[in-house]
Amino acid sequence: MADIVLDKVSKVFPDGTTAVRAVDLHIVDGEFVILVGPSGCGKSTTLNMIAGLEDISSGELRIGGERMNERAPRDRDIAMVFQSYALYPNMTVRDNIAFPLKLAKFNKETINSKVLEAARSLELTDLLDRRPAGLSGGQRQRVAMGRAIVRSPKAFLMDEPLSNLDAKLRVHMRTQVARLQNRLGTTTVYVTHDQTEAMTLGDRVVVMRGGNVQQVGEPQVLYDHPANLFVAGFIGSPSMNFITADIEDARLRTALGDIPLDVRLIARLRHLDAPRRLIVGLRPEHFEDAALAAGEGIVFEAQVDVVESMGSDKYVYFTLEEPRVSSAVLDEIAVDSGADSLGGPTATLVTRFSAESTVREGEIRRVWCDPSKIHLFAPATGRNLTLPWD
Amino acid sequence: MLAVTGWPIVYAVWLSLQRFDLKFPDEQKFVGLANYATVLTNSYWWTAFGVTMLITVVSVAIELVLGMALAYVMHRTVVGRGLVRTSVLIPYGIVTVVAAFSWRYAWTPGTGYLADLYGGAAPLTERASSLAIIILAEVWKTTPFMALLLMAGLVLVPDDLVKAASVDGANGWQRFTRVMLPVMRPAILVALLFRTLDAFRIFDNIYILTRGANETSSVSILAYNNLIKGLNVGIGSTMSVLIFLTVAAIAYVFVRVLGTSAPGETSGAAPGGERR
Amino acid sequence: MRTAWRWGFVNVLVVAYALVPVLWIASLSFKTPATINDGNFIPRAWTLDNYRGIFQTDQFIRALVNSLGIAAISTAIAVLLGLLAAYAIARLSFPGKNLLVAISLMIAMFPQVSLISPLFQIERALGLFDTWWGLILPYITFSLPLAIQTLSAFFQQVPWELEKAAVMDGATQGQAFRKVIAPLAAPGVVTGAILVFIFCWNDFLFAISLTSTERSRTVPVALSFFTGESQFEDPTGSISAAAVVITVPVILFVLLFQRRIVSGLTSGAVKG
Repeated sequence: MADIVLDKVSKVFPDGTTAVRAVDLHIVDGEFVILVGPSGCGKSTTLNMIAGLEDISSGELRIGGERMNERAPRDRDIAMVFQSYALYPNMTVRDNIAFPLKLAKFNKETINSKVLEAARSLELTDLLDRRPAGLSGGQRQRVAMGRAIVRSPKAFLMDEPLSNLDAKLRVHMRTQVARLQNRLGTTTVYVTHDQTEAMTLGDRVVVMRGGNVQQVGEPQVLYDHPANLFVAGFIGSPSMNFITADIEDARLRTALGDIPLDVRLIARLRHLDAPRRLIVGLRPEHFEDAALAAGEGIVFEAQVDVVESMGSDKYVYFTLEEPRVSSAVLDEIAVDSGADSLGGPTATLVTRFSAESTVREGEIRRVWCDPSKIHLFAPATGRNLTLPWD
Repeated sequence: MLAVTGWPIVYAVWLSLQRFDLKFPDEQKFVGLANYATVLTNSYWWTAFGVTMLITVVSVAIELVLGMALAYVMHRTVVGRGLVRTSVLIPYGIVTVVAAFSWRYAWTPGTGYLADLYGGAAPLTERASSLAIIILAEVWKTTPFMALLLMAGLVLVPDDLVKAASVDGANGWQRFTRVMLPVMRPAILVALLFRTLDAFRIFDNIYILTRGANETSSVSILAYNNLIKGLNVGIGSTMSVLIFLTVAAIAYVFVRVLGTSAPGETSGAAPGGERR
Repeated sequence: MRTAWRWGFVNVLVVAYALVPVLWIASLSFKTPATINDGNFIPRAWTLDNYRGIFQTDQFIRALVNSLGIAAISTAIAVLLGLLAAYAIARLSFPGKNLLVAISLMIAMFPQVSLISPLFQIERALGLFDTWWGLILPYITFSLPLAIQTLSAFFQQVPWELEKAAVMDGATQGQAFRKVIAPLAAPGVVTGAILVFIFCWNDFLFAISLTSTERSRTVPVALSFFTGESQFEDPTGSISAAAVVITVPVILFVLLFQRRIVSGLTSGAVKG
């Protein structure tokens, strides 16, 4: 086991495109770190560089304190699980799991006992003599895990290992992976484009975009204090609502009505030299049916578009008489999630109401909102101006 | 590969510009385009050219229809699918010369089981019937290949698409012409291109069936006769070059005018690449 | 049930279409000289004399040896070269890669007769005329595209993540190829070899143009020169017997490797 350090690691492809730009990351021993971002953000390239499947253009990679840049994958003592599982179709499950041990020239008995042990821990014992073609998706996934854990490597690298499973199995395997990692305590780097997976699995999450690290932090920190518009929009489902606002006389003028700003926030905005026009971000759970809300907050009226009842609560979609916030960053997130064509030109507000709300589609409803939870972003840079540590 | 095809082609062009007859080896000399004039004004050449074109067009047309039917049978049949596919491969695999002999004996009066169909006369001694038999032999041998290529296209038609069409109210024929054919278009064009160029080279069948008698020579037979039988390297080479040019022109027409996606032209994808 | 019968009937029709000419030549080969001209589809009197006859002549045995030898050597070389080329095409990007692919396709379409006259001249000059190598060289050229096509189709189906996985599992590049990729490509090699062999086995034009004696004449050519044991004998029976002999390997291949041949033949044709 070992820590993994990326020191200004960059990847420039021969055609000149920069896939990963000066990534600094210190993954401590035993940590479970998730690299997350839309496709093409450089997360897989980063993982491949740690694996040694791709050269590092500049910067240094250290595993357990040793420089790894020039080492072949086989000399790095790390195991990898692939999206397609990459099981060798011509070998049985047993041979697949034993393959890395055979290459490392372990003796027969050792191989046998290690394979059996790995198989037992993944409930693969009955499948050992089958071939990959005869296995279900979940079973294949477990064989791939078995092949990774069998040689007790310094670190696991996982490249979207669950994305080929159906939704229910994915949730189940997610718990399995978490449990396995807890038990083995092996340093793990896990790539996914699914923010739910990132939030639920990781000790820490690295959000990437366009080859740059946007923010590194514990899931809750990313959720509560996104560093910028991209992280704010990417983390969370349904995603954060964004509307434009103008600062006037210590108040924010928005389509939801005026929101008063407290003195400390005004001081900070002045200190950061914030522009007059800002983007306001509010998460769905910071709204409530005004009839059920208790506590301080602003109340406004809006037309209900759709109500989705989840049982435990209700997602209520409102149409606002205001154009959607136009931002390259938000468009990119929308395109990546396939939602780019959803919604009209006007803004939609997604809110989470208590289950007992009597809200109905089509009506005009009074909505309560907690203004203390708002995020303010600078439209030009996307920077979050409301972070407590700035 | 270039060494064995590229260089000889250049050499063939050079030879075609020579008066070069192995029967009179001393009289070799450069004659410019004289050989081309000789060939292009020769009625034998044009007869052979016409025969080749006729065989190509007729046999490829029949093969397309027959091959489509065969492809459909291979694609749809459930009982005995392996048997059907295996037997269909036999005509493809069999040596052309053997097949040609089979057809020749089949139509030989007295010997053949088919000869009586022609009223006892010898069909391979008359031009029209000879050509028909040549086409028959050609069609028999190469339809399976066509069918396999078309079947590969047929497999590409998603079942759901056909189902959707029938839900939308299309009858069998409409489903075939409006839904399946358009999806199969690339496969059909590739199959047509392969087979047209291949049919244009026809040699073995004619050689065994008629030896080109009664004006049934193809251009390949004519070139061969001039070269190997007549030992006239200059004229033979001229014909070789003309055949090459014709084939190139056919390929050009297919690729440019009909828009056949030239195999392998998709960037980076090697031939055989499947749509991802 | 009705449709099952209908399909059964159609299937019988297809099988008959494919087999009748083959059965006919087989039937001829078993007929006695007396009944060979009776025009009956099924022999009235059966004999193996035709087979005995051809295997007693040097002419046929010599041609058979030539055919087998030439086809085998050509196949081996073409598949080996094809393997290298296909691996390069599938795995590497190098300048002129698309050109290589284009050229290989052009050759596949090439009218072979156009090469007869220059090859005839060149081979006579180099002393290759009427030798095994005189045929092997053009065979390799014309079958190489076929080999490359089939093999690169197979290489494209190989999930290359497997190679990465093997490397991550501690294999060297060489081990990754030998232990993981090569076993997966083996079926492709078999397919390519069969198609190339059938091509060489089938060729008539090169064989008749570039040979002049029994030294390197292959069976299809020998067939066309067959005259029977003596000049006065009708060669029909002998030709038929010889034809059956050279058809048997093809039919065996087809029976054993039907699926592979189908996939190999169509691999070049289905593309986006």
